[in-house]
Amino acid sequence: MKKNMKNYYEELLLRMMMIHDFEEEIMRLYHEGAVHGTLHLCLGEEAVDVGSTAVLKDKDYIYTTHRGHGVCLGRGADVNSVMAEILGRVTGSNKGRGGSMHICDRERGLMGSNGIVGANAPLACGAALTIKLKGIKDAVSVCFSGDGAANTGAVLESMNLAGVWKLPIIFVLVENHYAVSTVVERASANVDFSKRAEPFGLQCFETDGNDIIAVMDTMAKAREYTVTNMRPCLVIEHTYRVAGHSKSDTNKYRSEEEINYWVERGPIRRFKDKLTAECISTVNELEHIEKKAHEIVSNAIDYALGQPEAAQDIEELLGAVYAD
Amino acid sequence: MIKTYREALTEAMREELQRDDSVILMGEDVGVYGGGFGVTEGLIAEFGADRVIDTPVSETAFVGTAIGAAATGMRPVVELMFSDFMAVCWDQIMNEAAKMHFMYGLDVPVVIRSASGAGTGASAQHSQSLENMYAHVPGLKVVMPSDPHDAKGLLKSAIRDNNPVIFLEPKTLYGKKGEVPENEYTVPIGKAFVKREGSDVTLISYGRMMEVCYEAAERLATDGISAEIVDICTISPLDKETVLDSVRKTGRVAIVHEAVSFGGFGAEISAMITEEAFSALKAPVKRLGAAYCPTPSAIKEESNVFPTADKVTAAVKSLF
Repeated sequence: MKKNMKNYYEELLLRMMMIHDFEEEIMRLYHEGAVHGTLHLCLGEEAVDVGSTAVLKDKDYIYTTHRGHGVCLGRGADVNSVMAEILGRVTGSNKGRGGSMHICDRERGLMGSNGIVGANAPLACGAALTIKLKGIKDAVSVCFSGDGAANTGAVLESMNLAGVWKLPIIFVLVENHYAVSTVVERASANVDFSKRAEPFGLQCFETDGNDIIAVMDTMAKAREYTVTNMRPCLVIEHTYRVAGHSKSDTNKYRSEEEINYWVERGPIRRFKDKLTAECISTVNELEHIEKKAHEIVSNAIDYALGQPEAAQDIEELLGAVYAD
Repeated sequence: MIKTYREALTEAMREELQRDDSVILMGEDVGVYGGGFGVTEGLIAEFGADRVIDTPVSETAFVGTAIGAAATGMRPVVELMFSDFMAVCWDQIMNEAAKMHFMYGLDVPVVIRSASGAGTGASAQHSQSLENMYAHVPGLKVVMPSDPHDAKGLLKSAIRDNNPVIFLEPKTLYGKKGEVPENEYTVPIGKAFVKREGSDVTLISYGRMMEVCYEAAERLATDGISAEIVDICTISPLDKETVLDSVRKTGRVAIVHEAVSFGGFGAEISAMITEEAFSALKAPVKRLGAAYCPTPSAIKEESNVFPTADKVTAAVKSLF
C-alpha cells in the first residue's frame, strides 16, 4: 500500500516537475526565436494542473484556457505532440493549426484550450448536456476558468444554465490573483467567489490550490458529488500565477518580494517537502525525479525540432475549413 | 402540397427529430410557446422537453451550449429569436464554432435558425440582414431560403451537415405559401438556383427580395426585357458557377438584397463577376440594397429604405 502510494506520489511530482520544466524550456525557446506566437505559462499553478486532472476519467470532457499547457500535460496529453504543436510542427497536437492557446487531445477528453477568456464555459455546458441527454454513466464535463474569466458574461450565464438544467459539470475557478495585471480585488466586487455558487444552484468546494493532495481530494469529492447527484458544482482553487501573464509581461504591477513569497510557497516545493518530511521519498530520489522530468522535456524538444515544420499549402488549409 | 414557409420548416424539424435521436431543438420559448414565430409549434408535445428545450435569455450560454453539444455528439438546432441577437452570442459562433474543425478537427453539426430582415416595422434592433457578417467568417455556412420548398429542403440539409450552419428565415416569408413535395427530399447547401429563365439581364437575389425580383421581372417583361432570376439560397459557400453561367448568358446584372448596400454581400458578388466574367458584361453591375441607415419603424419610412420592384425595374432599364 505504502509502496503504491509512494509510486503514485512520485508520479504526481514528476508530472508537476515536467510541466514546470516544459514551461521554462518553451520560454527559453521563445527567446531563441524558435516559438512563433505567444505563450501563457502556468508556473506556480502546477498543483492545479496535475491535481485537478488526476482524478478525472477517460470519458470526462475537459475545457481549459489560454493558459492550458499544464492542464493538458497534467491530464496526460503526449508531451511530444504538445511541444511539436508549440514549435509549429506538422505532427503537433493540432497539426500546427492551433499553437500554444489551442492544445487538444480528444482521446484524453481535452476538447481544446481556448484563446477567448470565458468562452469555454458554454462549450463545457454543451458537453455536459450531451452526457446528460445520452445518459453517459460516470462522466462529467470540466471547465477551467481564472478569476478574470469569472467576471465574463459567458461564465456567469453558463453557471446559471448549468444550475437550472442540472448539468453534470464542474466549474474549476483557478484564483491565481491576476487577470493580466489587474489584481483580483480591483476586478471583483466580492473576492469570495464561493458566494457565487448558491444563487446558481452550484455546490461549492474550495481548496488551497498549491497543495496537490488537497486539490485532488477536493476534485475527487466534487466529481463524486456531480456524478452521484447529476448536479453542477464550483471548485475554487487558490493559487498564484508566478509566471507573467504572457511572454511579454515585465511584472510592472507587482514586486519581486511578492513573487518570491509565492515561489517559496509553490506547489512543487511544498510537495517535495511533504514527501521528505513524511519519509516517503529521499532527497536523492527527488533529485532523480527532477532529472527525469528534465529528460522528458529535453527529449520532447529534440523530437519536435526533428519533425517537419507545418507548411501545408493553401489547398490543404482550405480543405480543413469545413468538415465533410 | 401547398404549405407555408413556417409549416415547411416545422415539418423539416419534425422529420429530422424522428429520423435521428441526436437531433434536439433549443432556444427561447421553443417549447409550449412554439418559438418566436411559431415555427416549433407542437414539437414539444410530440418529442418531449428533453428534445425541445426552452432556454433562459442567455444567448451566449445556450448558443455556446448547442455548439459544445454538437462537438460531442448531438445535432442541435438552435432558434435565435431575431438574427440581430447574433451580436449577443457572436463570440461563440465566430471564435468557437467556426474554428473548431480547423483547429481541433471537430465536427460541429449545429444549426442556428434565426428570423432575419425587415418588413414588419420591428425597427432598428429587430430588422437587420447581417448575412455578410456571418459569411465573412471561414468555417460557417450561411443559408437563406426564399420559399417553402427550399426552406424545408435546406433545413433538412443543414441539420444533416457536419458544420455550423446559420439558417436565416426572412420573417415576412413565414406565412408565404408554396408547393412542398410529399416525398422525402433535401435541397443541397452550396447551390444557387435559376428560378426564372431569361436572356437580357440577370437578377441575383435571395430571401425576401426574391419576391421583389419576381415582380420586377414581370414588369420588365411588359417592356420587352427578359429577366433571369438566380436565387443564391446559400450565401456561403457561394455557388459561383451558377451565377457566372447566368451572367455569361445575359451580360447584364442587378444584385438585389435586403442588407445595407454598402459593404453588403452584393459587393462580393459584384467583385466576383467583374473578376471572373468581366468580358461578358455589356453594362456595369448594379447593386440594390438597403440605404445606409438603421431600419426605421414607420411603415412608409421603412419601405423607403429597401429595394422595391419600382427601384429594381428602373435600375435594370438603366443598363440598356
